[in-house]
Amino acid sequence: MCNDLIIQDLHVSVQGNPIIKGLNLTVKQGEVHALMGPNGSGKSTLAKGLMGHPFYEIDSGEVIFNDVDVLELEPNERAKLGLFLAFQYPTAIPGVSLANFLRIAASAVRSAETNGSENNELIPMREFRKELRAKMTQLGVDDSFARRYLNDGFSGGEMKRAEILQLAMLEPKIAILDETDSGLDIDAVRIVGESVSSLVGPELGVLIITHYPRLLDYIRPQFVHILLDGRIVESGGWELTQVLEAEGYDPMREKYGIAETVQENTI
Amino acid sequence: MQKGDFSKDFVEKIAQDEPQWMRERRLEAYALYESLPMPHTTEDDTWRRTVDMRTQDYWRRTRRHLRGFAVDNYRPTIGQNGDTSVEVPKDSEDAAGVILQLDGQHQHTSLSAELEKQDVYFADLHTALKERDELLRDYFMTKAVTLETTLKSGNIATSNKFDALHGAFWQGGYVLHVPKGIRVEVPLRVYIRLSEEQHADLSHILVIAEENSQVVILEDNLSTNQEAGGLHSGAVEIFAGQNANVTYVQVQNWNRQVWNFASHRAMVSKDAKLCWVTATFGGRLNKLNQAIVLEGNGANAQMLGLAFTDARQHLDVSTAQEHVSPHTFSDLLYRTVLKDRSQTAWGGNIYVYPEANYTDAYQKNDNLLLSERAHADTLPGLEIQAHEVRCTHGATAGKIDTDQVFYLMSRGLSYAQAEKLIVDGFFEPVMERVPMESVREELQEFVSRKLET
Repeated sequence: MCNDLIIQDLHVSVQGNPIIKGLNLTVKQGEVHALMGPNGSGKSTLAKGLMGHPFYEIDSGEVIFNDVDVLELEPNERAKLGLFLAFQYPTAIPGVSLANFLRIAASAVRSAETNGSENNELIPMREFRKELRAKMTQLGVDDSFARRYLNDGFSGGEMKRAEILQLAMLEPKIAILDETDSGLDIDAVRIVGESVSSLVGPELGVLIITHYPRLLDYIRPQFVHILLDGRIVESGGWELTQVLEAEGYDPMREKYGIAETVQENTI
Repeated sequence: MQKGDFSKDFVEKIAQDEPQWMRERRLEAYALYESLPMPHTTEDDTWRRTVDMRTQDYWRRTRRHLRGFAVDNYRPTIGQNGDTSVEVPKDSEDAAGVILQLDGQHQHTSLSAELEKQDVYFADLHTALKERDELLRDYFMTKAVTLETTLKSGNIATSNKFDALHGAFWQGGYVLHVPKGIRVEVPLRVYIRLSEEQHADLSHILVIAEENSQVVILEDNLSTNQEAGGLHSGAVEIFAGQNANVTYVQVQNWNRQVWNFASHRAMVSKDAKLCWVTATFGGRLNKLNQAIVLEGNGANAQMLGLAFTDARQHLDVSTAQEHVSPHTFSDLLYRTVLKDRSQTAWGGNIYVYPEANYTDAYQKNDNLLLSERAHADTLPGLEIQAHEVRCTHGATAGKIDTDQVFYLMSRGLSYAQAEKLIVDGFFEPVMERVPMESVREELQEFVSRKLET
């Protein structure tokens, strides 16, 4: 089975407006890619489209993962194949503790791994607690996190750390990090960056979506792609981030004849 | 056991072995019952969402349906029930006292020797009539649930029709009397069951906790036969004496054929505490009036409601928080989940009387709709006549959130798992205030079953 995420000529629109306009990208297990682009370039649309949010319409293209076109699948089926999205704005689920939710999620994802069938059996409580505690220690997350309601009243930094904790527990093959650094102060970016970095390895491919290179100081990508107006206009290595740092996106826009877009649609 | 009907002759028959005063009260209630029409007009505001208002455009879309109801389809009974197949449930093992009732007839009572020694009285109401005449004469439908509600127009409220029916034909129910200073730590359990087709349950419940006493009652009402049509016309009267601490939990899970009408009212004295949990899952049509009266300084009451409706169930709840005295506190939280084509209406009022300064009152009703066809009306209200008060109220009704579902599904949960988690989370603010773990588990179980059907 091929665990690479292969995006081919993908077109995605939101409420009839085309946002992603023919995007090609392959992320292999074990690789770290950075996708950089200014506001409005389609970064979040790509992230949510890949995970299957009902609001984002796939107009054409393919996304092959584990030998199937995941665009045909429900979000949970994509998760069970090993795809993970760390949200830019995680949704609060009041009344549901992080631990309770994560036990159900981990059980669902793992039962798929072992026998591929629907199975509502939960990981035994003791086993789960032990594992959760270990992961929390590894990531330097406070114990009280487990009992708190999922993303409810979390600070920006706490939300992002909760996302990374979920990433650690669900052990996906490919993780998409949607602006995980946004809204964080420098210390929080460092903590989150180091946490992700500690999870990166041959079993995990990562697509980091960001418009600042800051987070990349902690997780060094092998590949950097520039997204403008729904297409990847340039791909390269680390040096691309340096170019952006020095010049911003404007010269790139000029080069490809793309006007500055207004604020990205966030839904 | 003898079946009867809702006639004056049958009132006489029921009353033949009862004290004269009870016979008189029954006949008085019967006279009122006879004189009142079925609730049918908008004049009585608390019924307007349940009576059939198809003639008025605004309500046409909601298909309210008291119209299908006819009292003569149901049969009150007297005498012992021969059916002994229904056993006392196992979860009663740890209870300090147990009462089981089937089809309006008492089946079983037990009370721990310790409580008996402390003069705690726990018995079915018919036995109590023989053994505690004075107590009942004093409390039975005289102070809490009475037949005296009149409307602003001066007309007698047609909602009294069902209270009058109850007053005339009541059968079954129980009385719990906790003497002064007795603190009962272990819960008492009550099981009220309906099984046979056409049966009527007209239970009357009387909880009297004297000064400085404490007690917890867990009561569940359910159908043992899921097909049998039935009628419940009940009343609950709770008295929390000075500095008493009362917890009363009622879980209602009648089958979908049962018409359910009830009036519940609690009187909370000086410095007394009441925690009142009402969970509603069953019934074809439910009309519940629930009130707390904060009579003494420092009285404190929580009203917690949890309801889950599905299919074409109809649930209409009217609540009242009456602040009569100063320095009183009440906090109402009702949360309802609706599935399929079910409909709910909640109308709540906080009344603050002119003397009731320093009232602190909260009222919140939230509804979560799992289907496009479900419909929830919510009407919070305040009537404040004092100057120094703090009252807050609020109401929400919303569909299940797409982003929440997406977030959970993106982590591997199926739609059903995501929905269940969101529902559990929605009920959590009520659950976390439910005092006993065993009750929380029972409620969780009913919620899960609702989601699965």
